[in-house]
Amino acid sequence: MSINWFKYSAPSTFYHLAGKLIPWFAVPAAFLFVVGLYIGFFVAPPDAVQSEAYRIIFIHVPASILSMFIYLLMAGYAALGLIFNTRLSSMMATSLAPTGALFAFISLWTGALWGKPMWGAWWVWDARLTSELILLFLYLGFIALQASIDDPRRADRAGALLAIVGSVNVPIIYFSVKWWNTLHQGSTIKFTGTSMHIAMQQAMFITLAACWLYVIAVSLARVRSIILERERATQWVSELQEVRS
Amino acid sequence: MNKLSLLGLLVTIIRRDLLLAMRRRSDVLTTLIFFVMVVSLFPLGVGPELDMLRKMAGGIVWVAALLSSMLSLGRMFSADYLDGTLEQMLLAPQSLSVLVLGKILAHWMLSGLPLVLIAPVLGLQFDMSPDALLVMVLMLLLGTPILSMIGAIGAALTLGLRGGGVLVSLLVLPLCIPVLIFGAGAIEAVNTGMTIVPHASLLGAMLLVALAFTPWVTAQALRISME
Repeated sequence: MSINWFKYSAPSTFYHLAGKLIPWFAVPAAFLFVVGLYIGFFVAPPDAVQSEAYRIIFIHVPASILSMFIYLLMAGYAALGLIFNTRLSSMMATSLAPTGALFAFISLWTGALWGKPMWGAWWVWDARLTSELILLFLYLGFIALQASIDDPRRADRAGALLAIVGSVNVPIIYFSVKWWNTLHQGSTIKFTGTSMHIAMQQAMFITLAACWLYVIAVSLARVRSIILERERATQWVSELQEVRS
Repeated sequence: MNKLSLLGLLVTIIRRDLLLAMRRRSDVLTTLIFFVMVVSLFPLGVGPELDMLRKMAGGIVWVAALLSSMLSLGRMFSADYLDGTLEQMLLAPQSLSVLVLGKILAHWMLSGLPLVLIAPVLGLQFDMSPDALLVMVLMLLLGTPILSMIGAIGAALTLGLRGGGVLVSLLVLPLCIPVLIFGAGAIEAVNTGMTIVPHASLLGAMLLVALAFTPWVTAQALRISME
């Protein structure tokens, strides 16, 4: 059986598909969160060096990974929208941005909470911290630019260009911050090279999967709202059950 | 009408923009005065100890340069946008990228170059060594064009938007961080007796990459904003 994938590049059909898909991602996300956090807090043993404080990695590491991954995904969708003029791709880019910014913020916040007992400071100008902060700025710039443009078509295309320029810049920023840091002083903070306990690994991968599913569910929910907002003048929206009631 | 060569187009645009700016000199001067003021505020804020100021001078000058280049970005396209000249430029048969490059170079001559020239005087206020002064001028000469080029993308994207001035800083400042790092890093390197070659090479590389891509990206951004 062949499926016509292009059918779902139309907002009117994708709206219904997304509505059906959301529970399939949201429910496993909630389930895996509970399982992952249970293993993380009750099964995984305390770390030899960091004792209990290491447990923040179960939210910190997934948030950091996803904040970087979402930016690339967002830039990819934005580029698709710019090149092929597919409205849905641009809407996906718009719907991913707040989640990415949220994860960048969570990553910085949990990092600070971890840093205080471990390094004795809420914040150090480490290369990774600094580039994560700049990533948050890039997200905020993208959101601010799109928010200040009233015409959705121009907002999509302007945002896309900014996201692409930003994603070209991300490696440059990362390496420059890294060299800046090492030129100033040797890195005093290194991750301990000890191999992780198996339960720690399991918990981390499970919470990562949970966060990943959460991202999908939440961006689908948001893209549904964006579709409704932009297509509000069309007939198919006015005939929707949830709009009429 | 005889056809313009690319170089001729470039020269024409630069001469036009410079001429327009010379008719309204205060615009150029305010950016420069802003730069001088921001730099002079730092000693008042952190205290007059020369040892500390000498250490901070490079960073302060670079941050001030970054801010004042943001300040002048709004003017790069807005006047042409308001009186309809930009629309004619987009319709012109010549390459829009080259045209944009001309505008960027003119913008740099008006906002970046004066800053480079006055920076050594400000450096003296911070008791910088002659070597450090020379390196600072060299790095500013390499780095400020990059600021104008990256800034041009932001200026084109925010054309005609409300709150454009603050918005453009929000978009452009994170992208300019590498320039700041290597520009200020070279001054620190010369202060601590290290070589400036890596910093200068990286900044030069960035300048070349920016020169190759930003005019084209800015042209695309203008087309998006003007359609």
